[in-house]
Amino acid sequence: MVTLNHYLILSAILFAIGTAGVFVRRNLITILLSIEIMLNAVNLTFVAFGRALGSADGQIIVFFVMTVAAAEAAVGLAIVISLFRHRESLNPDSFASLKW
Amino acid sequence: MNDIAFYLFGAFAIGASLLVIAQRNPIYSVLLLIGSFGALSGLYVLLDAPFVAVIQIIVYAGAIMVLFLFVVMLLNAPHEDTDYDARVHPLLRPGPMRFGAFLALVFAIELWWALARGRDTGAFPGGSVTSVSAIGKSLFTDYAFPFEVTSILILVAMVGAVVLARRDHPDRRERGGA
Repeated sequence: MVTLNHYLILSAILFAIGTAGVFVRRNLITILLSIEIMLNAVNLTFVAFGRALGSADGQIIVFFVMTVAAAEAAVGLAIVISLFRHRESLNPDSFASLKW
Repeated sequence: MNDIAFYLFGAFAIGASLLVIAQRNPIYSVLLLIGSFGALSGLYVLLDAPFVAVIQIIVYAGAIMVLFLFVVMLLNAPHEDTDYDARVHPLLRPGPMRFGAFLALVFAIELWWALARGRDTGAFPGGSVTSVSAIGKSLFTDYAFPFEVTSILILVAMVGAVVLARRDHPDRRERGGA
């Protein structure tokens, strides 16, 4: 029998994968993709809790999260493009001008 | 039947997500993430949220991921790895990367432990909101203000993306200043 706990554990694993991706990968686009994985893990939690509590609120929050994800992807990719024009690189280690 | 589907979709989502962060070529990462989103969409159907499942496919897999794919192909720089990156596996490197991987592992174990110790939540209750009209009614009454704020957010993101990605012409910069 699949319960709420199963969904929460699955969501935790997905969120942990996203966190690991942000730290492990050295590519700006893959880092943005890892953030998308994390956002989706949170979405799964919202829908699972909404189902367990029998309300539509969980599903509605998911729409707002998706909107934020779309805005984040648009702005983030615009930043990636303008960074790439400056350095011809997607490696975050090459953008260290502000590092002390 | 539902249990088998849950484990199938869950395993697919985890496997695809792991491969996303294991790939060196971002094009494969984007395509695998689309697969992961498809599996999540199946999970939403199992959770009696068919509208969210459809939106997940159309908006996430269809629009946002295509935007990513577009940028990956536009920049055409799939291999950013140096010799050092090729020689040493990311998980074995010193410093923040190893710390980050360790942090994620601790996080996963901690959450697993907390959920395993918590009381059993039991099966999902019978009543669930699946109709699109109920969701839409709630969205335009109880959540009307966040909904309108969202439209401003999208406007700001749109303007921001245009400003950031615009290429400055040298002659225009002379005339307009900054």
